[in-house]
Amino acid sequence: MSDRHNISLNVNGADYSCEIDARMTLADCLREKLDLTGTHLGCEHGVCGACTVLADGDAVRSCLMFAVQAQCMEITTVEGLANNGDLSPLQEAFRDNHALQCGFCTPGMLTTAEAFLRENPSPTRAETESAISGNLCRCTGYISVVDAILDAADRRRDAGSE
Amino acid sequence: MKPSRFNYYAVDSIDAAISLIAQQGEDARFLAGGQSLVPMMNFRVAAPTALIDLNGVPELSNVRIDNDGALHIGAMARTRQLETDPEIAEANPLIAVAAAYVAHTQIRNRGTIGGSLAHADPAAELPGIALVCDAEIHLRGLSGARVIEAAKFFDGVFTTALADGELIEKLYFPPWPEQRCWAFQEISRREGDFALVGIAAWFDMDASGAISDCRLAAIGAGDTPLLLDSPAQTLTGSVPSDALFEKAAETVAGDIAPFDDIHASADYRREVAAVLVARTLKTAWERRR
Ligand SMILES: Cc1cc2nc3c(=O)[nH]c(=O)nc-3n(C[C@H](O)[C@H](O)[C@H](O)COP(=O)(O)OP(=O)(O)OC[C@H]3O[C@@H](n4cnc5c(N)ncnc54)[C@H](O)[C@@H]3O)c2cc1C
Ligand code: FES
Ligand code: FES
Repeated sequence: MSDRHNISLNVNGADYSCEIDARMTLADCLREKLDLTGTHLGCEHGVCGACTVLADGDAVRSCLMFAVQAQCMEITTVEGLANNGDLSPLQEAFRDNHALQCGFCTPGMLTTAEAFLRENPSPTRAETESAISGNLCRCTGYISVVDAILDAADRRRDAGSE
Repeated sequence: MKPSRFNYYAVDSIDAAISLIAQQGEDARFLAGGQSLVPMMNFRVAAPTALIDLNGVPELSNVRIDNDGALHIGAMARTRQLETDPEIAEANPLIAVAAAYVAHTQIRNRGTIGGSLAHADPAAELPGIALVCDAEIHLRGLSGARVIEAAKFFDGVFTTALADGELIEKLYFPPWPEQRCWAFQEISRREGDFALVGIAAWFDMDASGAISDCRLAAIGAGDTPLLLDSPAQTLTGSVPSDALFEKAAETVAGDIAPFDDIHASADYRREVAAVLVARTLKTAWERRR
């Protein structure tokens, strides 16, 4: 028994179609069908946050959604954050604040932070800590990640007011 | 890991959902936010043969407030909406405050109130809130509709009064008096973790300044969310004070049946429950208008 579906989805502004099993998660579809391997899989049960993507603008766990559910949704992955190959202010802030070491958690940190800053452009440190409470990092630690997100908030405000 | 195979059906109405699940047999499941079901499928703790996806059923997401302040929340309302919608917070502030304790934003963006109730984790916040608010749960099945009070809905760990193929349509929360004192508190290992123990409480006052009506519930303190009758009896008829709240807290041990697990011992949970009862009541009292 195999339940196949032809789906179309929009990822990072581009339209894709593919044929998948109903049981394929959105994360596996992005990685294996669309070759967008920026989205990482750590735990596959919603705990680590590495697989976080934006679905219609909301940060969600792509390991807990089936690809067939993403029909007609606009998905943004970490690959969609840069503009024509230039790092976004958020990505630059991560680089400048040493907010990554191995980088495994980084795609989820960035997508989570992107959704957070859109909703809360001038966050406090405590709000920022809470925003990434669902993203585990096993090597950098969280202090420089929080620094980077707060720095990114400043950079985005500066860019917006120019 | 990866889930085992299943057939996927997207439906756009309650009627379609309940007739389809009946056709698909007892191993079919509704798919709401997927934030409890999909982890279990990925670990193959659950292996449904068919999923009926409720995400495309608009009537299940309705949120409505009656003129008398009663609140109707559709089963597919997302936890994040409960947390952030100012109208919900005005109609019932306990829901909004407790919703913020559920997991993390990314999970609250998908998880639903109906899914949380149907899943019935004993440490989950929203079942405890439904219980303390005396919410009614509206169910629909092939054999018709029925309404069940929250106090009769939870049967055990991950077990409810839902019959095979029965759907939670919405929750009804009775009107919330403006002067009501209320609070929710929980202790968890880290932010977003399931509660070790949580306490929700509210009380109303009469003209003499005594507590006329109150209700308390605990999560993480037994097989289901539990109503705390002993502290409620201590409070009723008395004038609020820290001493009264401490006295009420001392009675909680008889109302709960916590268990040991890797996160905390039953003894520790009993102690936390008593501390939280006092703390919750104090917070509720400090919040009075
Ligand atoms: C990392 C992590 C941390 C979490 N932490 C918490 C926490 O601290 N507190 C907490 O309360 N929860 C927590 N959760 C669980 C989360 O709140 C879930 O969203 C919730 O338990 C289930 O809701 P859902 O909509 O995702 O349901 P689903 O996972 O889609 O479904 C759960 C079950 O309910 C059934 N179901 C769903 N909707 C209906 C309906 N309308 N009628 C009948 N049956 C239905 C399904 O068939 C399934 O059996 C956590 C989850 C994760 C992954
Ligand atoms: S892989 Fe999705 S949360 Fe860990
Ligand atoms: S940078 Fe290695 S896990 Fe976070």
